[in-house]
Amino acid sequence: MPISHQQVTRVSLLGRLLLSEEETETMTAQLGQILTYMQLLDEVDTDQVEPMAHAVEVSDVFRGDQLAPSLARDLALANAPQHDGECYRVPAVLGDA
Amino acid sequence: MNKPYAIIIGLEVHVQLLTSSKLFCGCSTAFGAAPNTQTCVVCTGTPGALPVMNRQAYLLSVKAALGLNCQIARLTKWDRKNYYYPDLPKGYQISQYDMPLSRDGHLDIPDPEQEGQVRRIRIIRAHLEEDAGKSMHDEVAGKADSRIDLNRAGTPLLEIVSQPDLRSPAEAKNYLTELKLLLNYLGVSDCNMQEGSLRVDANINLHVATPEGNVATPIVEVKNMNSFRAVERALAYEAQRQWELWQETGQRIGDVPKQTRGWEEEAQITRPQRSKEESSDYRYFPDPDLAPVTISEDAIAHVRQSLGELPADLRTRLVGQFGITPYDSDVLVSQGRPLVDYFIAAAEACRDGKAAANWVQQSVLRVLNERQMPIEQFPVPPAELGRLIDEVQSGKMETSRGREVLAEMLATGKSAAAAIDALGIVQVDEADLETLCAELLASNPKVVDDLKQGRLKAAGALIGQAKKRNPNVNATRVREICLQLVQRM
Amino acid sequence: MSLTDLSAVELLDRLDARHVTSTEVVQAFLDRIERYDRRIGAFLRVDREAALDQAAAVDRKRQAGEALGRLGGLPVAIKDLLATQGEPTTCASRMLEDFRPPYDATVIARLKAADGVILGKTNMDEFAMGGSTENSAFRLTRNPWDTTRIPGGSSGGSAAAVAAAMAPLSVASDTGGSIRAPASWCGVVGLKPTYGRVSRYGLVAFASSLDQIGPLARTVEDAALLLEVLAGHDPRDSTSVDRPVPNYTSSVGRPLERLRLGIVPELFGDGLDAEVAAAVRVAVDVYRSLGATVQEVSLPHGKYAVATYYIIAPCEASSNLARYDGVHYGYRTDAQKAAARLEAERKALEQAGDRAGLDNLDTALVRMYRQTRSEAFGPEVKRRIMLGTYALSAGYYDAYYLKAMKVRRLVREDFDRAFEQVDLIAGPVTPMPAYPIGEKVNDPLAMYLCDVYTACTNLAGIAGLSIPCGFSSRGLPIGLHLQAPAFEEERLLRGAAMYQRATAWHTRRPSLDGE
Ligand SMILES: [Mg+2]
Ligand SMILES: [Zn+2]
Repeated sequence: MPISHQQVTRVSLLGRLLLSEEETETMTAQLGQILTYMQLLDEVDTDQVEPMAHAVEVSDVFRGDQLAPSLARDLALANAPQHDGECYRVPAVLGDA
Repeated sequence: MNKPYAIIIGLEVHVQLLTSSKLFCGCSTAFGAAPNTQTCVVCTGTPGALPVMNRQAYLLSVKAALGLNCQIARLTKWDRKNYYYPDLPKGYQISQYDMPLSRDGHLDIPDPEQEGQVRRIRIIRAHLEEDAGKSMHDEVAGKADSRIDLNRAGTPLLEIVSQPDLRSPAEAKNYLTELKLLLNYLGVSDCNMQEGSLRVDANINLHVATPEGNVATPIVEVKNMNSFRAVERALAYEAQRQWELWQETGQRIGDVPKQTRGWEEEAQITRPQRSKEESSDYRYFPDPDLAPVTISEDAIAHVRQSLGELPADLRTRLVGQFGITPYDSDVLVSQGRPLVDYFIAAAEACRDGKAAANWVQQSVLRVLNERQMPIEQFPVPPAELGRLIDEVQSGKMETSRGREVLAEMLATGKSAAAAIDALGIVQVDEADLETLCAELLASNPKVVDDLKQGRLKAAGALIGQAKKRNPNVNATRVREICLQLVQRM
Repeated sequence: MSLTDLSAVELLDRLDARHVTSTEVVQAFLDRIERYDRRIGAFLRVDREAALDQAAAVDRKRQAGEALGRLGGLPVAIKDLLATQGEPTTCASRMLEDFRPPYDATVIARLKAADGVILGKTNMDEFAMGGSTENSAFRLTRNPWDTTRIPGGSSGGSAAAVAAAMAPLSVASDTGGSIRAPASWCGVVGLKPTYGRVSRYGLVAFASSLDQIGPLARTVEDAALLLEVLAGHDPRDSTSVDRPVPNYTSSVGRPLERLRLGIVPELFGDGLDAEVAAAVRVAVDVYRSLGATVQEVSLPHGKYAVATYYIIAPCEASSNLARYDGVHYGYRTDAQKAAARLEAERKALEQAGDRAGLDNLDTALVRMYRQTRSEAFGPEVKRRIMLGTYALSAGYYDAYYLKAMKVRRLVREDFDRAFEQVDLIAGPVTPMPAYPIGEKVNDPLAMYLCDVYTACTNLAGIAGLSIPCGFSSRGLPIGLHLQAPAFEEERLLRGAAMYQRATAWHTRRPSLDGE
């Protein structure tokens, strides 16, 4: 089930990438090749298999409801591409982003 | 309400849990701090930082879920809900998808149509998730920018999703009121809408009766409602809008994609919000950074025991135990547990529940309101109020005099007895009262005439004069004695 | 013999005996970096001053007779995806070119507490995605044994630095083979610990359920020493496991008695280079000669490892990398230019009367995100974001992600069964010796298939190690892969050390002064 050009375009929006026409072509071909290889998994019968989401079986890992110091604001904002000393700044959030 | 359609409403409520630290880090959840002063590498999603679950947030959630009569999942896990928004620093929200910590509950709410009846609203699920930050639109110097404050990012939220069981905007409001009360009683959330610790999204559509049977109209999600009143109004507006739209277009559910509309408080209307189809593809998957959570039956039972008395049970008990009306009971209970405890102590001290209920509602609540004070800070202890009520009920003084005594107690911190003394209140001897009345009649022949003519209102003048000569006299008694004396004349 | 020829353990002996100072040791490695790294390209940054300051501080402590940490002034090179407070941590990506974390990763804090001296940050595939280090946004790293060839990846800088004796030790990460494959191709020892053995706090995530931090070194003893410092429970990482850390350095010299070594016949099938196969078989014979019994075991789902891994890892990565959107940290596109471009697109669509196109046009914010990410991520990262986003998206989740999670359990169960019969499993690390630079850059699937032997270790969450076991006819190193059950790093290290004592492969050095 190689992926279509249109699907690649849709996924690129979902993944917030902007692909040129040429990149989309290449991506469609490469993902198609990779996804075809993944069809190898179809031959494995997994009907009765529990999915494995974690590599270790630990559960109930908690911390207490204790306060820890927060970052100084200048340090918190230091890596931001744009800030005004108080807040991160971005192009207007209008409707759905 | 003879409309040819039914309104179908389901609510999604997010409440902030009363923890001191955030869901996955040690930053404070306190409201009102300067922007971006309550963040750390975890809640800003700084590369490499990892979340660790706050145990208290989980326990509070279980408590709330039990209060909502939900089934608690023995195993629950964390999922990532992936979407891009500038106030969501990791690009995903840690939430719960297919294994929420609880499901299948209900909340009984007062039926707005029938006094004293309840409606059972089913709860689909209640799950835990982290809050996002806050985007603020800023238009300075022609540049339209948004400013992002991440203080709130990572605050624990409980999302409570109801079945679409609500049938009117008034029911929606009652549901929210009851939910807030319950969560307050449980100490799970303060549900303060102004501070954003309770937020409501509503799904609403109509079931229209047509010759071919009931037809469902497209579901609309309504957001941006900032008070319970706003919820009620937005839903009323939306129901009417949908009804008109149905008459115009005949659109049914499925004909158009689900629409999201925002309530605009100033214009009192809902308006469509921009949304894209792809934005609903959240690509949920188990969060590999967090371990699942298990809970034993014993632990669930333990939390259940800690719930205390829930508002619905408390209402019933107050009626039965103190003989007060369901209405009074509701008023008291809806003020919160500390006020109810105050009432109970006062009622037990005076052994008169009805009188205590009146005093608490009419005097205590008024003072609390005036002074913007919680009951915990009310200066008069309930036992003292009880003693005062006792004195009033035994006829030592009238209610209005009793109020003066209470004012004295509030002003000076005196006990009831001391305040009564200070105001010189003593019960007037019956013989003295008759003498006084006889004197008043003697010096007011005009009034006597009026009374004889059956103009009973005239007695008021006598009462006023009697009070002037002795403030402790009982107005009712003065009136009664005067009328008796006139009759005997 | 120069200081840089010595192993970490040997250097530590001399430091403790005060025959040398940390300053001298660090200076020696810095000089070597100065001399050779222009050709090798192992490091992204070397902070000479900071390293010498740290070394001097350790020397002062030693001089004053204060208690010193386990590393006692030894220099360590750090893969550039471990957060170092106030210092660039780039993941070899344009995206994080200027990123300076406000905190130290737990392993960095442990290294510092152990009196390790940080030499610098090593090159890698961007965000650890790749098998050749060709995906670094900043520089190419060359294999010290043959500079026309890749060092492997994604920890290519770390492996090359250790192989070229520009650092005695390096800390790196392994998500599907990223420590072991470059170790194998550069002829050094690399260990991927059990998932949960080492804290991931401060490791910039690629695939969170697979990532694990581990040591690279020239000898097994050195790897044991470094692992001892790195390992242990961390309350900041919910997936780190609270189990005591054995004293690896004191046990590593004890051979495994009655070792039962497993080999997996299906791993020696198609696609395995004959010289690699031969070297591994000879290595297994060495174990026989040391008294081990060799037994065939089956890992029937091993052949699905690559497909499984290349679903799970990109899915997690697509989510882990969503935070790079130009808002809170990292690169942001020139928003003005992006807006202008968007406006031009709008005009064009308007002129063409393309209503659907206009409806689908990005908002300024969405365009900022997309432009930012497209400019700052390299092709392999984009490919994996696309792959993962697709595999998690509505309608494909069950067929890809859910399926892969199920096969993952089968892979794990294969190992559980195998380890009922054997103590360690031996095999090849990579299907072939290091290949020429550029050979697979345009063939992602071919690149992915190189992870066929290593990815299952990560899927199962168990421990694996690569140790030099020979050379190809072209003089390229070949690695032996040993795998042990979860939390059996001690067994793994002892088993590797007994082989190392019986062989001399680890003593060979690439010649860097002109071929
Ligand atoms: Mg939610
Ligand atoms: Zn925080």
